[in-house]
Amino acid sequence: MSDSIMLRVTRYRPDKDREPAYQDYDVPLREEWTVLDALNHLKDEVDTTLTFRWSCRMGICGSCGMNVNGDPRLSCATFLTDYAPGPVRVEPLANFPIMRDLVVDITDFMEKLPRMKPWIIRDEELSVDEGEYLQTPEELEAYRQFSMCINCMLCYAACPVYGLDPQFVGPAAIALAERYDLDSRDQGEPQRLDVLIEHEGVWGCTFVGECTRACPKDVDPAGAIQRYKLKAAQESVKAFLLPRGIRR
Amino acid sequence: MTQPASDDLLYRRPISLWWWTKKRTYFVFVMRELSSIFIAWFVVYLALFVRAIGQGETAYDDFLDRAASPWLVVINLVAFAFVVLHLVTWFSLTPQAMVVNLRGRRVPPAAILGGQYVGLFVVSAVVFWLVMG
Repeated sequence: MSDSIMLRVTRYRPDKDREPAYQDYDVPLREEWTVLDALNHLKDEVDTTLTFRWSCRMGICGSCGMNVNGDPRLSCATFLTDYAPGPVRVEPLANFPIMRDLVVDITDFMEKLPRMKPWIIRDEELSVDEGEYLQTPEELEAYRQFSMCINCMLCYAACPVYGLDPQFVGPAAIALAERYDLDSRDQGEPQRLDVLIEHEGVWGCTFVGECTRACPKDVDPAGAIQRYKLKAAQESVKAFLLPRGIRR
Repeated sequence: MTQPASDDLLYRRPISLWWWTKKRTYFVFVMRELSSIFIAWFVVYLALFVRAIGQGETAYDDFLDRAASPWLVVINLVAFAFVVLHLVTWFSLTPQAMVVNLRGRRVPPAAILGGQYVGLFVVSAVVFWLVMG
């Protein structure tokens, strides 16, 4: 095994460059090094101006998403040795505007998330005296998978629909809506459906399925969206067939 | 929360018209979408066939003659390949879209997939029996 590997990193300095360009660096090829370790090595030892986001280094904070050889990946969970002999292309997450080097502008995602009302909504809150909202293991299991999302946005980088139409609400936000809809304590389903039944909601999705393949937490956003479509279609049929008074 | 960056400092990457050729999964997706055109073609073809039968024996024989022409055979072979792609891809996506619960337990994806193929086989066998029997 060679003792070094080439990293081809996107550089973009908004005050100087008109468009991004690649810069090549040689980094030590160590068995235990991830792409993020290599970037940190570069920043510490070679080029202090290299800019990228990261935090936990253990696949839970969702900050270090990048496109590695074209695929959206958590750079802290992507090992250099899997790409030997290289080069390894490290680019900012696809489908997001680039702010600087490997940092993308996530404003759009931050605006979309709260539109899903990702919190427990009750028609009437129980008082503290009435105790906590209890759940059976089965009720927990119904939504647990969708609660694993770490908002890393890899699914948005993988989704060609979002790339072509940034108005699309997108995979993670819809999976999160599903997480609360499936929660036995929640009663907010009608409110979320109003947002997601729009054209840019679930119906924007054409079921490419790439979001589910990209997800590092096995959330399966594509599955969540298709189930939501089924629910939305059932609601539409009900609205058409039943008089207002007995719906829902 | 992140402050929105000043827009003129952001770089928005253009998306190539050929984005779907850059990844195998994107390519299969676009082919799957394209297969709908061939499904529509078979629907039209079947409707024309039924109309020919309704118009009597001469029209029926004319239809069969035309169907044997090389270019129509090629079109139908290509269309058939796309219909198979359509079937396999959509069948494989069904378990992801549908959660079926039986007696409080989730039916495993393989069972849903298998059920579809069994259904296809049964329907095909009935049609075959109707036509050939």
